[in-house]
Amino acid sequence: MNIVVCIKQVPDTTEVKIDPKTGTLIREGVPSIMNPDDKGGLELALRLKDEFGAKVTVITMGLPQAEAILRESLAMGADRAILLTDRKLGGADTLATSYALSGALRELGYDLVITGRQAIDGDTAQVGPELAEHLDIPQVTYLEDCKFDGKKTFTIKKQLEDGYQMVQVDMPCLVSVLASSYKPRYMSVSGIVECFDKEIETWTVDNIKVEEEKLGKKGSPTNVKKSFAKAVKGQGEVIEVEPEEAVNIIVNKLKEKHII
Amino acid sequence: MNKEDYKNIFVFVEQREGKIQNVGLELLGKARELADNLKEEVYAMFLGNNIKNQAQELISFGADKVILVEDESLGVYTTEPYTQAIAQIINDKKPSIVLIGSTTIGRDLGPRVSARVNTGLTADCTKLEINPEDKELWSTRPAFGGNLMATIVCSNHRPQMSTVRPGVMQRMAQDSSRKGEVIDYKVEFHRDKFKVKVLETVKKEANIDITEAKVLVSGGRGVGSKEGFKKLEALAEVLRGEVSSSRAMVDAGIIDHERQVGQTGKTVRPNLYLACGISGAIQHVAGMESSEFIVAINKDKYAPIMQLADLGIVGDLQKIVPMLTERIKQEIK
Repeated sequence: MNIVVCIKQVPDTTEVKIDPKTGTLIREGVPSIMNPDDKGGLELALRLKDEFGAKVTVITMGLPQAEAILRESLAMGADRAILLTDRKLGGADTLATSYALSGALRELGYDLVITGRQAIDGDTAQVGPELAEHLDIPQVTYLEDCKFDGKKTFTIKKQLEDGYQMVQVDMPCLVSVLASSYKPRYMSVSGIVECFDKEIETWTVDNIKVEEEKLGKKGSPTNVKKSFAKAVKGQGEVIEVEPEEAVNIIVNKLKEKHII
Repeated sequence: MNKEDYKNIFVFVEQREGKIQNVGLELLGKARELADNLKEEVYAMFLGNNIKNQAQELISFGADKVILVEDESLGVYTTEPYTQAIAQIINDKKPSIVLIGSTTIGRDLGPRVSARVNTGLTADCTKLEINPEDKELWSTRPAFGGNLMATIVCSNHRPQMSTVRPGVMQRMAQDSSRKGEVIDYKVEFHRDKFKVKVLETVKKEANIDITEAKVLVSGGRGVGSKEGFKKLEALAEVLRGEVSSSRAMVDAGIIDHERQVGQTGKTVRPNLYLACGISGAIQHVAGMESSEFIVAINKDKYAPIMQLADLGIVGDLQKIVPMLTERIKQEIK
């Protein structure tokens, strides 16, 4: 079984702070990480490999420094790592990104394509379904759990707002995975040593069969018109007193607001 | 593609087990406002099986026309039948704008459709407006984990597609005197493409909708444990509210996803949001900042939640919350 996991390097947005004076982002010192949902997806791939045997390939589209998350994937147990990087891919929205990835996927071949549900920097959850559409394969998003019959059929538990659904799909297919479902394994010591012996293959647009006008900024239907810091609400009172007094203050406020 | 050929605003109105989902009505309300601005019409796309008797209701909530598609493959949502239907409607009717609720269903359907009809999609918009100069749709959404707001346009492709989370827009007051037309629409399905089979849909018991609660007592990392949450539950009970949480508590398995507030959870706007041990990461704030009155209890006076709260209490929630519960019990006796 050939499994390809699409991963993305993202800034750890939980570490991002806003400068209270200027209202702008403080980007300095914000670590770059493998997107959590993607890492959950990689863990799923590795578990399938452990149980059924599979070749696990990770691919990322991004800047050369994204090599770090590919190395990490190899150290966790992935077999092959592809860095798709090219200036022509710059400025891509989700449609152009998924289109470029679909070209790479066709070159690689696949039985199962795994993406994270969404990336924490964009939170769109669009690349997975768009990629499935470009590849003309079925998709199952919000995967919480799954069983594989060892041949070609997956029975998948799919998260819904108010419960879950059990669905069945045959390979080839694409699934998008929730980080909370698959706690990623640690990199093994031997994995860390060996990952530096493994090659990370760098691909450019020349390695994939795609129409260039559908790539990057040129191939992106959506554009950012403007971006701005969110208006910061005026600060209320901050009070530091003994618990008894704090309770008094809260109760008085709640009465004033007719909440109690 | 000629942009002039595209007009009217189409809303995908989601149903589950035949029940119209609120977010569809909220989007009809917003679409009504945008359509009046553009002097265009609002179409509801209503897909399901045996749902005809509810189509009229969509007119009373702002639709001029309802495109009704009924088929046994549309009873329970799966990606492909819905995508085929919506893509055919778009290619046939050429709307200028398509709005979809950002639910687990909408977020599965939206990108599949936009890729099929080759247009752009802007996810989880918090503001939709028509730019007066060129009449294009400006969709504003949180970016970079909610740290920045970005306004997105889709200038050279049609339709302009956006998703909006439940609770963000407001439905219009129901007006049963509104007139409109229900169109029975036939879709040419390619059934050989239906590859995903639904075995069963399981609803969780005690289905709680925190977006409906007037009071939310919400816990974050500072609450620590299931036992800690019991204290919050007791307080929520005397305030006749519900407990909710930040993502950290959901990821830790301490509380259910359906109670999560924030970017990957729900958007809430209760009368009182009591944030206990929540630092106020931007992803969380994105889901609760429109709350009427925000009280934060946190040990760290520099936590970002303190900047947002109307009342910030620096202190130990483990002590304060039980005392507050007792005190309110006395007050409301």
